[in-house]
Amino acid sequence: MNNPAPASPSPASEYGARARAWDWRRALAPTGNVGDAVFRAALFGCALLLLLIVVAMFVEIGSNARLSISRFGLPFLAGREWNPVRGEFGALPFVYGTVVSSLLALALAVPVSLGIAVFLVEQAPRALARLLAFLVELLAAIPSVVYGLWGIFVLAPFLREHVEPPLQKALGWLPFFQGTVTGIGLLTGGVILAIMVTPIVTAVVRDVLAAVPVSQREAALALGATKWETTRVVLANGAPGIAGAIILGLGRAVGETMAVTMVIGNRPEISASLFQPSYTIASVIANEFTEATGDLYLSALVELGLVLFLVTFVVNGAARLLVWSVTRGTSGVARA
Amino acid sequence: MSSRRVVNALMSTLTAACALLGVAVLVLILGYIAWRGVSSLSLQFLIDTPKPVGEGGGIGNAILGTLLLLALASVIGLPLGVAAGVYLAEFGRGWFAGVVRFVSETLTGVPSIVTGVFVYTLVVLPMRQFSALAGGVALGLIMIPVVTRTTEEMLRLVPASLREGALALGAPQWRVTTGVVLPAAAPGIATGAMLAVARVSGETAPLLFTAFGSRFFNVYLDQPVASLTVQIFNYALSPYDEWHAQAWAATLVLMTLILVINVSVRLLTRRKF
Repeated sequence: MNNPAPASPSPASEYGARARAWDWRRALAPTGNVGDAVFRAALFGCALLLLLIVVAMFVEIGSNARLSISRFGLPFLAGREWNPVRGEFGALPFVYGTVVSSLLALALAVPVSLGIAVFLVEQAPRALARLLAFLVELLAAIPSVVYGLWGIFVLAPFLREHVEPPLQKALGWLPFFQGTVTGIGLLTGGVILAIMVTPIVTAVVRDVLAAVPVSQREAALALGATKWETTRVVLANGAPGIAGAIILGLGRAVGETMAVTMVIGNRPEISASLFQPSYTIASVIANEFTEATGDLYLSALVELGLVLFLVTFVVNGAARLLVWSVTRGTSGVARA
Repeated sequence: MSSRRVVNALMSTLTAACALLGVAVLVLILGYIAWRGVSSLSLQFLIDTPKPVGEGGGIGNAILGTLLLLALASVIGLPLGVAAGVYLAEFGRGWFAGVVRFVSETLTGVPSIVTGVFVYTLVVLPMRQFSALAGGVALGLIMIPVVTRTTEEMLRLVPASLREGALALGAPQWRVTTGVVLPAAAPGIATGAMLAVARVSGETAPLLFTAFGSRFFNVYLDQPVASLTVQIFNYALSPYDEWHAQAWAATLVLMTLILVINVSVRLLTRRKF
């Protein structure tokens, strides 16, 4: 990286040219060729446009949320009541539902993802690893709304019949497993999210593990370590990247909309029980945006969108930097 | 056997079990879609428009709408994404390219519903109605960073010797890029574009309040348009068994489109990368 550009062919007259007036062609492209200058400027414009889109997103969403921001201020995020009819807009139930469902998803998905990634990189024969990696990545190709459909008609009944009752029997004294068992609620949302973030976390961890130098493994094996002990050395080496992969999964879980909307129950209440219906930031936007009557209602929903945008942008940015710190210099990094 | 070996065997089994679990979930989901979807699928279903409960109806308008939205998204997203990717691969050495690369990667992770909100304020509010155009813009915006990254990766796979050879023959840089580097990377860029199309074809959230949905055939860009995903969403949440069955059949159609793209890309690129 950061190689200097290949030296431009520098005729002797270049020194004379510098003394002459400022040349737009040379300012745009080091070769000073008209075609190069135009070509490079056009491509630069497209790259710049990408940045401008992000800036425009912040400005547009921010300005449309201004009404709500000026009316409620920061307490918006701490308000427990969401009642559009009475003009009460508090985002805490959505923040709670988003955080709990995402953390639940990570708790379920991270161990499995790490297991899959270790198996793919450290254990499986090459041909099998390729096939398995492709199949796991196919999980990421399934659309969110399809996960939601499957969640409503397959996963939710399954959890209601075979998972939640035993859980309640065994751990019902904990506040997390109390209340009526419906199959629709935080737990189902968390499980669906776990399935959805697994391929992303797996793919990034796999890239991270593959980027750990072979010499680390050879050194561990030469010292008499077993395969698993060698893997622990590799995992320790890739730790920052693995942390990045997990945060990347968190960002994905926080912003996931359709599948969660379809199975979480959509009730803006805060309850400790994982069996109870809940609501997430993304879900309330999806459900109520087209029905929002009145400027303040719409503005409050847009402000929720702004919160989601800011959070996922920061989370993804941080994750990306962590992953890059490990995989920098290797090709094909972080496809997720 | 020493305890270290026991741990080793245990962990090896566990990781293999994780991999098996992942594949099992995939098979369960795809298998269930195929089983439920096939039973409601018919030619009439593929060309009809939605009808009230009990009268059948189909997803013809949704299929057409999805194709229209994908075409619009490609027109918006592909040129911009490829151009930005070429910039990053061929001129991307300074801090500016670093920022673009970082923002592009980060944008990939921004929830699609946020893009929907953005396009709503940008296109729907000024036009005063939901439209196919708004839906296409939303999907196009989601495509851009995906295409940018695959394009950059593919161009970086082109050997430097090709560029040096062309430069040594006296070609200016823009001729080298457009005449030598891009053709060499074209298959890779095309597969990246196909994957991007497959990805946005499953998007629902950004369409809810941009393209909105429609019960009729529509090809006008300033009118709301149906899409497979929104149709699936609406039918899934309806209380009617008949519509549930139609949701599964529509899902089968959508998954077939997505899987065909993914698997063919896989087969096409297996040798090279």
